Amino acid sequence: MVKRVIVGAHYGLRDWLAQRVTAVVMAIYTLIFVLLLFVSRPITYTSWKALLSQGWIRFATFLFVTSILIHAWIGMRDIWMDYVRHTGLRLVLEVATILLLVGCAGWAMQIIWRV
Amino acid sequence: MPDLAANKKRPLWYNLSPLSLPLPGLVSILHRVSGALLFLGLVWFLFLLDMSLSSDAGFARFRGYVGHPLVKLSLLGFLWAYLHHFCAGIRYLFMDLDKGVDLDTTRKTSYAVLAVSLVLTAVIGAKLW
Repeated sequence: MVKRVIVGAHYGLRDWLAQRVTAVVMAIYTLIFVLLLFVSRPITYTSWKALLSQGWIRFATFLFVTSILIHAWIGMRDIWMDYVRHTGLRLVLEVATILLLVGCAGWAMQIIWRV
Repeated sequence: MPDLAANKKRPLWYNLSPLSLPLPGLVSILHRVSGALLFLGLVWFLFLLDMSLSSDAGFARFRGYVGHPLVKLSLLGFLWAYLHHFCAGIRYLFMDLDKGVDLDTTRKTSYAVLAVSLVLTAVIGAKLW
């Protein structure tokens, strides 16, 4: 008989899947972006701005930033869970991670949409 | 009634230091280290992106800033972190699909991940330096 201790609703499957889906999004974005850099070679402010202000690139960059937010949260949470044994300290670090990531995502959006 | 005593014993921590780390293990811990590095660099990357896109003068300031040897060296480190995390991540995605999970293949692919990310870092770094 399998004795299974029920500790949650989904055993972390949702996070596991989210980490993989966001990884694929970021990998595809990286390849496209590197290709664009090779093709357009934005060595001036005007060309750099022109590259990042295109509508579909803004859309893709938004997906990239959102993916970082989710992916980095899951990764950092795993690190805190593995190495920080003190529950209170771990909670503080997890909350700090979320606040930093959400703040960074907002900042990134402001940078991209201001251009 | 679930056995709550068993629940209390989790999570478990093992002392793994007497074991020597195999190559796939090295790729694994470097995947974690590179991920943590990229997280720590996040604010700095945004600072750089913000500067480069702020104005004509900002872009010139950005070019001067990333021209500094120490900044270049840090960026090279982060470039390696990104490439390693990228390559190792793709390896894990294939393993999730049950591809290349036998011992011989995992050793070969972990060697490939280490080599490809280091070589790419050197090539891109040399081109941009």
